[in-house]
Amino acid sequence: MPLLDDPVARPVPAAPPPRPRRTGRIPVALLLPAALGLLFLVLPLVGLLVRAPWTTLPQRLTEPGVLTALRLSLQTATLATLLCLLLGVPLAWLLARVDFPGRRVVRALVTVPLVLPPVVGGVALLLVFGRRGLLGGWLDSTFGITLPFTTTGVVLAEAFVAMPFLIIAVEGALRGADTRYEEAAATLGANRWTTFTHVTLPLVAPGIAAGAVLCWARALGEFGATITFAGNFPGRTQTMPIAVYLALETDLEAAIVLSLILLTVSVAILASLRDRWITSP
Amino acid sequence: MNARRFRTSLAAITALAAVGLAGCGGGDDAGSPQPEGSGSAVTGSVTVFAAASLTESFTQIGKDFEAANPGVKVTFSFAGSSALATQINQGAPADVFASAAPTNMKVVTDAGNGDGAPTTFVRNQLVIAVPKGNPNGVTGLTDLTKPDAKVALCAEQVPCGAAAKKALDAASVKLTPVTLEQDVKAALSKVKLGEVDAALVYRTDAKSATADVDGIEFPESAGAINDYPIVVLKNAPNKTAAQAFIAYVLSDTGKSVLTAAGFQAP
Amino acid sequence: MTAPIVTRDEPVAGTPMLDARLVVDRGAFRLDLALRISAGEVVALLGPNGAGKTTALRTLAGLTPLHDGYVTLDGQDLDRPDLSRWTATERRPIGVVFQDYLLFPHLTALDNVAFGPRRHGLDRQRARAVASDWLGRMGLAEHARRKPRQLSGGQAQRVALARALAVNPALLLLDEPLAALDARTRLDTRAQLQRHLAAHPGATLLVTHDPLDALVLADRLVIVEQGRVVQEGDAATITAQPRTDYVARLVGLNLHRGRADGHTVRVNADFSLTSGDRHDGEVFVAYPPSAVALYPRRPDGSPRNVWPATITGIQRHGDNLRVQLGGPIDVVADITPAAAAHLHLGAGQPLWAAVKATETRVYPAAPGGSHPE
Repeated sequence: MPLLDDPVARPVPAAPPPRPRRTGRIPVALLLPAALGLLFLVLPLVGLLVRAPWTTLPQRLTEPGVLTALRLSLQTATLATLLCLLLGVPLAWLLARVDFPGRRVVRALVTVPLVLPPVVGGVALLLVFGRRGLLGGWLDSTFGITLPFTTTGVVLAEAFVAMPFLIIAVEGALRGADTRYEEAAATLGANRWTTFTHVTLPLVAPGIAAGAVLCWARALGEFGATITFAGNFPGRTQTMPIAVYLALETDLEAAIVLSLILLTVSVAILASLRDRWITSP
Repeated sequence: MNARRFRTSLAAITALAAVGLAGCGGGDDAGSPQPEGSGSAVTGSVTVFAAASLTESFTQIGKDFEAANPGVKVTFSFAGSSALATQINQGAPADVFASAAPTNMKVVTDAGNGDGAPTTFVRNQLVIAVPKGNPNGVTGLTDLTKPDAKVALCAEQVPCGAAAKKALDAASVKLTPVTLEQDVKAALSKVKLGEVDAALVYRTDAKSATADVDGIEFPESAGAINDYPIVVLKNAPNKTAAQAFIAYVLSDTGKSVLTAAGFQAP
Repeated sequence: MTAPIVTRDEPVAGTPMLDARLVVDRGAFRLDLALRISAGEVVALLGPNGAGKTTALRTLAGLTPLHDGYVTLDGQDLDRPDLSRWTATERRPIGVVFQDYLLFPHLTALDNVAFGPRRHGLDRQRARAVASDWLGRMGLAEHARRKPRQLSGGQAQRVALARALAVNPALLLLDEPLAALDARTRLDTRAQLQRHLAAHPGATLLVTHDPLDALVLADRLVIVEQGRVVQEGDAATITAQPRTDYVARLVGLNLHRGRADGHTVRVNADFSLTSGDRHDGEVFVAYPPSAVALYPRRPDGSPRNVWPATITGIQRHGDNLRVQLGGPIDVVADITPAAAAHLHLGAGQPLWAAVKATETRVYPAAPGGSHPE
């Protein structure tokens, strides 16, 4: 887990003697590709910054549609992450801890949204939850619930695309966790559910947090499935990525401004969360 | 790094890429003998950047043009007009630009990348696309304002959205769509999937989907007719062939292909 | 160490707290041992690695299913495989101290100890009061708010013990409770552990491979090899009369099995020992390594047991040297460095070994059926 420290207690000796750090030259064979990799990731950002219309920035920021789209993006990404946690953590537990027939197949199915082009994912969601969809028609006639073109639809589309990131991270954390702690809990009278909530979850909390961050970031940037399933309507389904895409049709600079806002806000949120985790005892 | 130096280097990279591409293209026919064409001396390859809505008709016209001019190879790049305009202004090696809207053409000509004035070669008109058989009995724009009617429009930023807004304004109809789609094909697919009751799309798009969709004509669309301009580009590697291709599009043969697809003559 | 020698055929006075026959089949390995532990009694399950000690502990805890036999604890049938009845771990009146303690890393020492009482129905406040009391008894009151990673090894061990005892278990199970500690901490912790185990009113089973832990902490030893009980009894009996090579090595004796006829014990076809005791039939002969004297040449005079031997190995043993000998019988001898200087010791060197008849102890091989063969 890249974001957090490993929480599992090491064998207990009070303070291990400081180990001498390896010093010396960093091998060029590692440094060069590492630097190139960083450059490759950062240069497009530089491109955005160079082309940003700095002089007109303040007035563009205060345009009403911008804040609406930003707020909607943050809300839907957060709700989608919560939905993924609610459904994804139990699924990850099942995959990590229960040996059931067809587990390999289920594990492969979970990753389908990763390889599916998001637009196809959106169409697939329409075919299930749409007005004529497998479940959508029934939802509409029985409960009067329609999902396409609603904010709920945005959340569903984002959750669909982002859930695999959470499941993979949490399953990895669960596989890495020491199951003997769960046995210890059982000897103290904890049933499986209490063990899960009081022992397993806290043990893999860093893995869940890392998975949730990945999930949130993916949901925030989601475009294809969202615009296909939920469409585009300001204030209801127009998230930042969709606003960026449409701005690109007419106004490159507006698109750059929107992208920078999305980047700044998400990086700020992730950085502040990370600080809190690392400084917490 | 300051902005100017950055732009210079960007231009350099694009130029290098262009030279590379041109070199490849030229190699194909450098040594081959020039066959006698149908009266013209058009040879080499011609690259056409054309709006996505022209995909079917221009592919056909390209084949016909190649048949009429042996020794010519037509290459198409179909995409959204705005994306194509951006690519051309960034130095993409194209000979011809056919846009679905004058605004995108203006982006190119304003940047000085057009060779002469663009010509309008077809027009396209909006229709109301409804599911096959028109189950809700839609006859005109006012039917779309009913409270339970779900309508998809294009976003105003794309040509079909701009045209829809013009038509609705001309008709003084206030319409609240459920979605503003990113392009006309997306709006049409919402009708095909049955997610909306109607969408305002181009007649050519409705015609391309007759298996699932009916196109209902409405009078107010006359107020929002979309012109398709075409132009030879200033930096065209093969201007002769580019001019010949445009002439072919404007010829009766070209026109008949376009009309069959649902376009109107200008 | 006043508990009577208990064998499987002799019922203890009253009903034992734990009465179990543990059978687990795992391919080539089969565990099959009977255990009875009275209330207040501490039994050590001692054996080499792979003998099945930990498996036995896990079956008692319900962490490994029992294939055959039964577990009865405090008058309750916990496991009856013949009736397809098993009791889930969390429903057993047990407490377990694991080898590396397995304190929950996200909880304080106090909450670790309160975990059990909380699961047994106490509200948070009451559970914490119980936990606080236990930590106080362990001398850890001021460490209650610490997380496990902030505790020393000895402290963590005591928190683990408090956690297991806080649920008032009818059966306390300890898996190598001192193995994770360094030598010095082990000494202190062992003494404290002894006190707490003595105070525990329920039955206690201690699994260990360290004879010292077993001798100090347990009232009775059960020795397991290859899934079977090979010997059981109190510390005095076991140290005096080992019945397997493993036990003999543990208690530091030379041991031979043979057939006695009066004062002569035939150990193998070529070799007999003479003993001070009179016996008839299958017997064990035991004597300490210090009783074996070594000579460069055949000694004259009194010793009855003299044989030519060859050195196969030499190790330091305290202040002395421990010499392994091959020959008609394999034995070890402890000699002083001064004696060693006379002998010019070296591997493969031939010399003469002697044991006085009065230094040997002979006892029947199969008393009370406690030997598995």
